[in-house]
Amino acid sequence: MRMHIDTDVCTGHGVCEGIRPDVFEVGDDGVVHLLTEEFTEDDRQDLEDAVDQCPTQALRLEG
Amino acid sequence: MPGERLVVVGASLAGLRAVEAARRAGYDGEITLVGAEEHLPYDRPPLSKEFLTGEVEPNYFRDEESLRTELEVDLRLGTAASELRPAERTVVTGGVELAYTGLVIATGARARELPGTPALDGVYTLRELDDARRIRAALGPGVRAVVVGAGFIGSEIASSARAAGAEVTVLEAAPVPLAGAVGEQMGAACAGLHERNGTDVRCRATVAAIEGAGAVESVVLDDGTRLPADVVIVGIGAVPETRWLEGSGVILDDGVVCDETLNAGFPGVYAAGDLARWPNPLFGETMRLEHWTTAAEQGGLAARNAIHPEQARPCATVPYFWSDWYGSRIQFVGVPTADEVRVVAGDVASDSFLALYRRGDHVSGALGLNQRRPVMKLRALIGKHGTWQDALDVAAAG
Ligand SMILES: Cc1cc2nc3c(=O)[nH]c(=O)nc-3n(C[C@H](O)[C@H](O)[C@H](O)COP(=O)(O)OP(=O)(O)OC[C@H]3O[C@@H](n4cnc5c(N)ncnc54)[C@H](O)[C@@H]3O)c2cc1C
Repeated sequence: MRMHIDTDVCTGHGVCEGIRPDVFEVGDDGVVHLLTEEFTEDDRQDLEDAVDQCPTQALRLEG
Repeated sequence: MPGERLVVVGASLAGLRAVEAARRAGYDGEITLVGAEEHLPYDRPPLSKEFLTGEVEPNYFRDEESLRTELEVDLRLGTAASELRPAERTVVTGGVELAYTGLVIATGARARELPGTPALDGVYTLRELDDARRIRAALGPGVRAVVVGAGFIGSEIASSARAAGAEVTVLEAAPVPLAGAVGEQMGAACAGLHERNGTDVRCRATVAAIEGAGAVESVVLDDGTRLPADVVIVGIGAVPETRWLEGSGVILDDGVVCDETLNAGFPGVYAAGDLARWPNPLFGETMRLEHWTTAAEQGGLAARNAIHPEQARPCATVPYFWSDWYGSRIQFVGVPTADEVRVVAGDVASDSFLALYRRGDHVSGALGLNQRRPVMKLRALIGKHGTWQDALDVAAAG
């Protein structure tokens, strides 16, 4: 699984961080950064929730 | 399974997320998505924001091809459902009976009308793309705009109208705007944005009449004040769109009454989004939220619960909404009723501050103006029933 963040579209709502603070974080630059890229199947539902609930549709999950 | 059909009524955010979640969960029955609007599902929040200020295109979530082919959806746009017969597991849309095994009700809300508003050109509400197109066409440099209602939508419209060059007056019946959404103290703090940006907001102002001959000419207040107006936009809230469910047996009480799993009282029938009223186990309170992220979250959950009712999961969520005015972002998480609201960073007289809401020893909410970093850390904390001290620590860490 790979998570892509489109930082041109992200405006730093941080909904993803609210769902998985260990994976996503809003930086001082006002956009979201990944804290890890290592995911297992157990992460899938949370990552899909993050994609679905992103107010700017900036996230994409591959695989 | 063959012979199964998930019917989703309402082709907007909650409805689309329902369809996507069902396919992702491996559902291989038929899916029918019924929407009253002619448009493919599109994003509403921009309609009061950037859409009003420039020639931006509507933000459609998906194209028709991906809906029909990738998600294998039987898409019925421009068709309103008119009846639900839960005992027969049937929905009537456009005069056609549609049998379902699972149903997601996602017909959202419509703009509340100001009682007694005459049918004059130049008087609008804002809920749909077509409304936004009309309002955008009416705004421009020197246009005199009156916005009725200083809630989030009214405030965004005022901010956008200013950006489009209009002269804007905002009328608010309450003594303080947004008191219900964020409490009086923070309502006043948010309203400061209007003041600092030179928008005329008049509280305790009640509209007595909207006048004109053919087209609107003025708004008259109950104290006799007459405001000349080229365009009037009424932003006084939304009403859950449940008219088609009257008489169905589904319990309606300012929305569709659901249980924790969003079940609406009949087998296979779930509700999601702006019209769902459900007991949120995280707060022990019954809620109905008109927030984007809630609609997205509930749409997916309602579909998963509708296709696997035996594994239905509760909707436990910390409310979140945002609003963008004059280039500033307001974010709110949690619930606004509190014993204390404390500003812990920045200054309410400026364009950057963070306020925490306390209930007993716990944090119940947080409001940030241009405070993107801490807000969602606080949302996660509220979801874990974090203490007031934990919240103060998060805020202090910045
Ligand atoms: C202008 C505007 C700005 C907003 N800005 C923000 C914001 O900044 N932040 C935030 O958190 N939230 C915002 N919101 C709220 C957010 O857009 C809603 O919470 C969200 O759209 C709710 O999604 P929904 O799918 O439940 O309902 P809706 O989006 O209302 O969709 C319901 C759909 O059902 C259709 N329908 C109705 N009746 C029938 C029927 N009988 N049969 C078939 N279809 C039917 C409707 O035509 C509509 O397309 C905003 C809303 C508006 C209008």
